[in-house]
Amino acid sequence: MTGMAHNLAGVMPEVVTLIGACVCMLLGSSSRSGPARATPWVAAGSLVLAWLMIGGSIQAAGDRAGIEAFVAGRLAIEVFAKGALCGVGLLLLALVAGGASGQRGPGKEGVPGEYYSFFLFSLTGAMLCAGARDLVWLFLALELTSIPTYVMVAVSRAGREPKEAAVKYFFLGAMAAAVFLYGFTLIYGATGTTSLDGVGAYVMQNGVTPVFAAGLGLALVGIGFKIAAVPMHFYAADVYQGASSSMTAFLAFVPKIAGFVSIIGLLRVLDGLDPGMYRSVTSLMCVMAVLTMTVGNTLALVQSNVKRVLAYSSVAHSGYVLVALVPAFGVGPEAGAQVSASGGVSEGDWAVMVYLIAYGLANVGVFAVLSTLNRGGQEGQTYDDLAGLARRRPLHGAVMLVSVLSLIGLPPLAGFVGKICLFSVAIERGHTWLVVVALLNSAASAVYYLRIASACYFETPDAGITVECGPLRWFGGVAAGVGVLVLGFGAGRAIDAARGTTLIVDPSAAVAQVDGPSDRRLATISGRGDDRAIVHIKVAGQVPIGD
Amino acid sequence: MESSVLIPMLVLVPLLSAALVVWLRGDGGAGVRVMSLASTGATLVIALLVACGFDWSRGEVVQMTSVAEWVSVLGLSFGFGVDAISLWLILLTGFLLFLVVAGSWTAVANREREFFFWLLVLEAAMMGTFVATDVIFFYVCFEFTLVPLYFLIGIFGSTQRHRAARVFFLYTFTGSMLTLAGILYVAWFAAEQTGVWSFSISHLQDIAPQLPSGAQTLVLLALLAGFAVKVPLFPVHTWLPLAHTEAPTAGSVVLAGVLLKLGSYGLLRFALPMTPEAVVALAPWVGAMAVIGIVYAAAVCWVQKDIKRLIAYSSVSHMGFCVLGMFALNQIGAEGSVIYMVNHGLSTGALFLCVGMVYERLHTREMAQMGGLAKVMPVWAFFMVFFCLASVGLPGLNGFVGEFLTLMGAFLATDVLGVGYAVVAGLGMILAAIYILAMVGKVVFGPVRLPGMDEESSAERSSAWPSDLGLRETATLVPLAVACLVLGWYPAFVLDTIEAPVAKLILPARQVLDGSRAGGFEARGPGFDVAPLSANNREESAHEFRLAGIGSTRVDMEDVVVGEGGGR
Repeated sequence: MTGMAHNLAGVMPEVVTLIGACVCMLLGSSSRSGPARATPWVAAGSLVLAWLMIGGSIQAAGDRAGIEAFVAGRLAIEVFAKGALCGVGLLLLALVAGGASGQRGPGKEGVPGEYYSFFLFSLTGAMLCAGARDLVWLFLALELTSIPTYVMVAVSRAGREPKEAAVKYFFLGAMAAAVFLYGFTLIYGATGTTSLDGVGAYVMQNGVTPVFAAGLGLALVGIGFKIAAVPMHFYAADVYQGASSSMTAFLAFVPKIAGFVSIIGLLRVLDGLDPGMYRSVTSLMCVMAVLTMTVGNTLALVQSNVKRVLAYSSVAHSGYVLVALVPAFGVGPEAGAQVSASGGVSEGDWAVMVYLIAYGLANVGVFAVLSTLNRGGQEGQTYDDLAGLARRRPLHGAVMLVSVLSLIGLPPLAGFVGKICLFSVAIERGHTWLVVVALLNSAASAVYYLRIASACYFETPDAGITVECGPLRWFGGVAAGVGVLVLGFGAGRAIDAARGTTLIVDPSAAVAQVDGPSDRRLATISGRGDDRAIVHIKVAGQVPIGD
Repeated sequence: MESSVLIPMLVLVPLLSAALVVWLRGDGGAGVRVMSLASTGATLVIALLVACGFDWSRGEVVQMTSVAEWVSVLGLSFGFGVDAISLWLILLTGFLLFLVVAGSWTAVANREREFFFWLLVLEAAMMGTFVATDVIFFYVCFEFTLVPLYFLIGIFGSTQRHRAARVFFLYTFTGSMLTLAGILYVAWFAAEQTGVWSFSISHLQDIAPQLPSGAQTLVLLALLAGFAVKVPLFPVHTWLPLAHTEAPTAGSVVLAGVLLKLGSYGLLRFALPMTPEAVVALAPWVGAMAVIGIVYAAAVCWVQKDIKRLIAYSSVSHMGFCVLGMFALNQIGAEGSVIYMVNHGLSTGALFLCVGMVYERLHTREMAQMGGLAKVMPVWAFFMVFFCLASVGLPGLNGFVGEFLTLMGAFLATDVLGVGYAVVAGLGMILAAIYILAMVGKVVFGPVRLPGMDEESSAERSSAWPSDLGLRETATLVPLAVACLVLGWYPAFVLDTIEAPVAKLILPARQVLDGSRAGGFEARGPGFDVAPLSANNREESAHEFRLAGIGSTRVDMEDVVVGEGGGR
């Protein structure tokens, strides 16, 4: 095949969603009701098609790269991110479409047909982030994710609030884009290349220069906007509150995935370096993680609007994920802790993906329930609006409960498995104190999540609230709730998939070449600063249990 | 092995019946109750079958094991299996839950479906903690018990129920978050040593004692953060009176009967074998907390006006004995601690049932408003006095055995606790007799006093008296009374079975103790150094050497003679 065809093979899912977006744009702006009504289904169809193509496109890319475990791990993350975006994207689409069909008519809310087009554009951008190999590509993909969301927030529901939210979101988003673009230019200036692999090769050879470190730091902080990490979290509460519930669910998931896969991609350039060389970046991420968790949870505690609570809690969740992304400092708390020569930078990626899926599903569940509440034509969004929900609609209550408990991280739900993955990765890198902070933060988060649950289950229903639930929203919510349960128990498979062990790598082939420098995930080369290097072979598996 | 199927059934049967309760047609009511009774009955039968199939002569060995993979990368699994200690607690759980369902037959008027749903889920979670052979599986169930109880208290409790539910959840959840950090740290350490991520309890028990002592102390503190709150140990007991008082009867019974044991079970199963050095170092402090709790809670009991709150505080006092015996770190104390768990579950559970029965009739828990109930409800009065005496430790009834053994253990443990601890704890026993008898005197005997009847003359009229216990209620209490009697007269059949498993669990701590007393030292180096775990030259069959990075030889229990304390 030609090079062009090779490159296209890797992004076929994105091509499909992009075409879908264009079709939706045409259909959605049609004045006749037939095409307009078909728009959501076209969007859904293109998502399903893209989903089906992910495996094949990555396989094609994988064949080209050869079976190299390191690359396979990266591809597995890519496949996982894209799969998550398409899968959870379908549920998000159900929430949006369910609202439009259920609430059509004069004075009712509903989204214009172009909304679906923007929806797909944004998803496409996030998917492109996952595969980004170049800083320019990454920048364009991030912007493709963000720009449609500004429009979507504005048109997601009637009234002035969403417009105000959109303007805030747009200006802060533009500022964040400027910050990370500045970071990218510094990285380019320091290394002379925009290719991420090239950057990695450069720093491997020449070390981490101050300019490069500053560029990387600015890029991380700027991308922090997408994941609503402190100090780029200010927009979250206002925007989440202003947008419709289904849009909020979208905002809490899609840009977040885009942000995290971008951070993962950026941090990969550090792979293989001595952790001591980029200590400033590591410190920056530690500070970001702690601040993000703590500020998010603290602010969530004092809100009375559930959407604002969830906004700040989504800030906190980004903090938990950052805990697993902080690279090792190089010297663990234990004397003689082994310093992974790979820096372990890319070892935690799979945990991040698992957590984000768990978070995304629970998030869809919560917002699906919220979006069905109606108080005088407006979507319900306070604790009082939730009162007694479980008694009126047991299923809604159950979805809310399962989602909220998963967000707390209560076992055995998906959120717990995700947290275990995140935190064991962090402990492996010697960040035990970060994990303790994160766990205490989870305990604090239980306060406001439980308040949601107790509003649903303990309070008496309020007459002013009606529950309007179309079949699509019902489907979205229930599917998310079931997903949270299933992922909790069936996490093993998801994790295997996220680590790429079952996708591409032939285990026997991978184990056979343990001493190869490329096989970083299976072999950890450890040294203690001197030239005595001991090779530890970490075998994924488990000793038999029982006496 | 076929019988290994039974163990997962202990968890699955209540869980599936809980699902059935939700789907059951009809208005709830009788169908739900019968379903729940059948389910708890079936679970009890399964527990008995397990007990029959269990090889009691090898009680220290985890038997009937089975494993289902969960997350293989991290070595998470659903590992099932029981040893003698967990089996006794499983039997206690099955027994109590069955009686609780029978006892709550008429307790809930509306939302019955939810009540029994959460009760069954709670049973599944509690069974899960006892059958788990994987720390994370244990932790999953340990944490998950919070949810059903949160709803049982929050929906079906009395006036302050919402606050009680929230405080209960957040208090215990915060503590156990730190426990999770400790567990993850230990697992990471084991993974560093062996190259394998595994959360298997036996695996971690083998590796964890090699932790440097500073780290051990931190891990022990992390474990205590979760387990001591659950027990509850003295300074962190403040959630319990509120939760107990506000909970419905069934919630209180399960809370006192089983859930508090999760804490002491966790300490015994994880803290003692995994962090022996830290346990030895901190035992005097933990013992002091236990003793303070015993005396303080007993004194608080004395001034209570609310009968349920009194029993709640008495639980704090009693569980102090349990922890005291455990941290005596000798055979006799630890055995006493285990049997105390079972006994306390029976007698305090029964007391909460009794109080619940009287609350259903009088709708008050104020002791000032009731009196002379022996005349009004003689059958109830009999059981109340009986269980009070059992709880206070009258020789011949079950409470005495545990109290005696734990005090004995503390008394003999001159290397960790010593006479002082035993004497002060003994003072707690006397206080217990005082407050319980004062309560019995006020409520059961004396002139008849009933709520809403201020004049003595009207209260004496028998026409206005509430009815005595019915057949169902009596039938609920009789098995508990019989169990109390049996365990009081013939505790040996429990003690014999838990001797070996207890010895196995306290062995690492004993080795540290004996090692330090014999003037031995422990070579402890990073990496691949060979660290002899016990430097004592007692008649252990062989010195045990552990090679970091390779694993360890397993201790053969039959050959180990445990230190002096165990000379029973």
